[in-house]
Amino acid sequence: MYETTYHRASSVADAVRIAGESGGEGKFLSGGMTLLPTMKQRLAAPSDLIDLRHVPEMKGIAVDARRVCIGGGMTHGEIAESADIRAVAPGFAELAGLIGDPAVRHMGTIGGSVANNDPAADYPAALLALDGLIHTDRREVPAADFFRGLFETALEEGEIVTAVSFEAPDASAYEKFRNPASRYAMCGAYVARRGTDVRVGVTGAGADGVFRWSAAEQALTQTFDPAALDRLTVDAGLMLSDLHGSSIYRANLVTVVTKRAVAKVA
Amino acid sequence: MGVEGIGAKVLRKEDRRFITGRGRYVDDMSVPGMAYAVFVRSPHAHAKIGGVDTGAAKSMPGVVGVLTGEDLRGDGIGNLICGWMVHSKDGSPMKMGAWPALAADVVRHVGQAVAVVVARSRDEARDAAEAVAVTYEELPAVIEAAKALEPGAPQLHPEAPGNLIFDWELGDKAKTDAAFAGAAHVTKLHIVNNRLVPNPLEPRAALGQYDAADDHYTLWTTSQNPHVARLVMSAFYNVAPEHKLRVIAPDVGGGFGSKIYIYPEEIVCLWASRRTGVPVKWTSDRTEAFLTDAHGRDHVTEVELALDAEHKILGLKVDTIANLGAYMSLFSSSVPTYLYATLLSGQYDIPAIHANVRTVYTNTVPVDAYRGAGRPEATYVLERTMETAARELGVSPAELRRKNFIRSFPYQTQVIMTYDAGDFDASLNAAMAAADVAGFEARRTEAAAKGKLRGLGMSCYIEACGIAPSKAVGSLGAGVGLWESAEVRVNPVGTVEILTGSHSHGQGHETTFAQLIAERFGLPVDNVQVIHGDTDKVQFGMGTYGSRSGAVGMSAIVKALDKVEAKAKKIAAHLLEADEGDIEISGGEVRIAGTDRKLGWHEVCLAAYTGHNLPDGMEPGLKEGAFYDPQNFTFPAGCYICEVEVDPETGKTEVLQFVAADDFGRVINPMIVEGQVHGGIAQGIGQALLEGVSYDEAGQLVTASFMDYTMPRAYDLPNFVVSTTETRTPSNPLGMKGCGEAGAIGSPPAVINAITDAIGTNDLTMPATPQKVWAALKTVG
Repeated sequence: MYETTYHRASSVADAVRIAGESGGEGKFLSGGMTLLPTMKQRLAAPSDLIDLRHVPEMKGIAVDARRVCIGGGMTHGEIAESADIRAVAPGFAELAGLIGDPAVRHMGTIGGSVANNDPAADYPAALLALDGLIHTDRREVPAADFFRGLFETALEEGEIVTAVSFEAPDASAYEKFRNPASRYAMCGAYVARRGTDVRVGVTGAGADGVFRWSAAEQALTQTFDPAALDRLTVDAGLMLSDLHGSSIYRANLVTVVTKRAVAKVA
Repeated sequence: MGVEGIGAKVLRKEDRRFITGRGRYVDDMSVPGMAYAVFVRSPHAHAKIGGVDTGAAKSMPGVVGVLTGEDLRGDGIGNLICGWMVHSKDGSPMKMGAWPALAADVVRHVGQAVAVVVARSRDEARDAAEAVAVTYEELPAVIEAAKALEPGAPQLHPEAPGNLIFDWELGDKAKTDAAFAGAAHVTKLHIVNNRLVPNPLEPRAALGQYDAADDHYTLWTTSQNPHVARLVMSAFYNVAPEHKLRVIAPDVGGGFGSKIYIYPEEIVCLWASRRTGVPVKWTSDRTEAFLTDAHGRDHVTEVELALDAEHKILGLKVDTIANLGAYMSLFSSSVPTYLYATLLSGQYDIPAIHANVRTVYTNTVPVDAYRGAGRPEATYVLERTMETAARELGVSPAELRRKNFIRSFPYQTQVIMTYDAGDFDASLNAAMAAADVAGFEARRTEAAAKGKLRGLGMSCYIEACGIAPSKAVGSLGAGVGLWESAEVRVNPVGTVEILTGSHSHGQGHETTFAQLIAERFGLPVDNVQVIHGDTDKVQFGMGTYGSRSGAVGMSAIVKALDKVEAKAKKIAAHLLEADEGDIEISGGEVRIAGTDRKLGWHEVCLAAYTGHNLPDGMEPGLKEGAFYDPQNFTFPAGCYICEVEVDPETGKTEVLQFVAADDFGRVINPMIVEGQVHGGIAQGIGQALLEGVSYDEAGQLVTASFMDYTMPRAYDLPNFVVSTTETRTPSNPLGMKGCGEAGAIGSPPAVINAITDAIGTNDLTMPATPQKVWAALKTVG
């Protein structure tokens, strides 16, 4: 790890101020599950680390009727175990409980994961399917506009994800097929149904990152049953390809995991 | 047996310190004035070194010294060697390319060390290492062994034209060809044995200290065989003279073979300590482990099996290309030859065998012995072939094996080995009963109803442990003898110290070796201290690998114990005024048999040391040493049966049941043996389903971290069903065969045979990842 200066931010405003003073070379630290290993390998060298883990405004889970708002500093473990979230959106809590391992879930946060937008991260699939909002220190951005490709988001320089929110659906479920080595999603599908309207968010598979599978949404809106996807496939040409899964294999997984997610709640 | 003697499930004495974090590993060692080494490593698979500019690095904060390959050459440090000479079939010796500990002219794999920075802190050393400017002139690289043999392939070493190290054969080609001419059926397979990274929990580390006052060197290192390290360092590498070098291998967190070899980093730490005047410590990070620990396996084989109309095997032909990587590691030549082709008869009476092995240089990490070392490759070739032959002939795989089992011992194979004992029907029967093979078809039907594909696969392995006798291995090219030594020191109060040349890095020697004393004298294991891993304490030893610590190491202890017992009896007979033939020792007491006249064990020991009343002419003391050289290899064997379920939608395989029935001969501690089998099977399932090295065309290691290299995890594995059958080997005094590698040797073919049974095609290579199994299923339609 290269030398860096550590700051513990006491508020969002404080964090924004420190970031401004670092001249664009600082980085926000949340759970550190991606940033710290990268720094240890000397692949990142931020001049300053601005720790957001002790910012009170970014803590807490609020469920108001069916509106769910989760502070950016909440860990995957806290989300997975939240009785409030489980009551209205059990599929979302289940997703959080499937991230990484207990150590990762204890440290990693939703704000950090969303801001990083790893193409194999789990939350982006859910937030797309749920039509979620990403709250920052300066605005609210719909998930559809926020996630913009591999590790790319709508975040501006020095902007902090302070919370995410969504309207709980009538039913939702997540299914993922793990990369055998890293245990990240090689393909994960989040299916959310409101009335007959169905949304499908897919992570881990797309060459441009998380995406909505609209053909599946149309088919499921007509018939909310796994069999509705029997003859549907995504275009393999738009899928990621790597050591663990070719684009053709990943295209197959998209159909398989989406059907399995539907089967959980159909 | 006593409560802690042979056959008792004594809890491991060493585990308290391991599981409470009190183990003392090389990286835990610290000496005054110690500095840290960081290596500058090649980013290229193959390149000429234009120059190494250390100027900037030398002026960085905290830097004590920066040393290069030129410095190393200037000091006369010798090249790394392969210690087992193998000759090609034309009689020419193997072609060993030069391997300096720091490259000065050419780098031949990504990660090869070019320079070392020694600094006051690790971070300062890392900063300065980044400031060392190496100019490279890139050369084309070759990664696959078969491609390295093609005309026009990039050439690695001037000593080895065509990248061929040797072209070796074993067996009778003419006889085998004749056997095939009369065959009713021939089964042919193309077999790939995937390259693996050992990945012990503890990465390698070295701490070298040169003491100018005494002109003496100390090396703490993660070694399975510290005496061999000392010998090689002094005799071949000119780092330090043997009598002025102490090598200590303290607690070592797993080796699996990868810590047998003497690596560049250990040599450099010792040498750099003398050059810089400070002790120098290096600890591998995980990326360096992937890039520099000797890899395992990496064979490509064409195999043919000839059978007659009654399904009796007539002959076996094997043609293998083994990838040895960029340099010949210490025992690399022996692995694909004498540890591989000599086991190709398996458990079967095969009247004609011919094996041809070509070993090849490529721009990859050197390959050497990894848990099993050659025997997993042989077992995989033979057991995939047997299962395939059974399917082609439409007979049960168990019956085909049974029809060809060896049942008379000793049995001379066509490939050097003389099997001394075994009962292959016993292990097959035990495994089939435990696996409920009879009920499998019903389970398969049940799985099919759920949309899952069930498969059952079998593997009947035999392997060879305790490589020996020294005379025999010497005639086959080994540069060392493969005996073992031990010393048993009985203290005046009757407690016992065992000094052994074996080295424990997970095997539990501190417990099992102490059980020999418990068995012999009825002393509690807590009264026994096992001392190993320090060349200043133990006179000499060959270390631990090839499952030799039981068969060879413990036999040496037994031999020393015989001498201790004889002397103790003489003393007791003298004190009790009895005939020494009437003296017996048990339960911590020394008595005249059949009487109540006795002495405490401690009384006899004290008498030995006071010397007040010893038989005339007897030297005081009770301490005996022994060197033991085995008469033969030992031959553990067994039967493994694996049952899997494949999800046809994703190709994911779940191992539902794994049954192992092993014959290890006499078992000292069944709990530890079970643990060895569990670990071995986990590694074997890892090879079959998960693990595999991948390089890109340019020679970059793609699987250089746990993000991409899949290690087996607990949830990848079922509860193993293990048992043992027993035929004692007549080749050593305890009748024990060795159990350290069997799990990793026998299990991969069982897993793959099960998957291919489930999916209905043989066209599948390890690791059988979900993607590969899914693709294979597509070809079946």
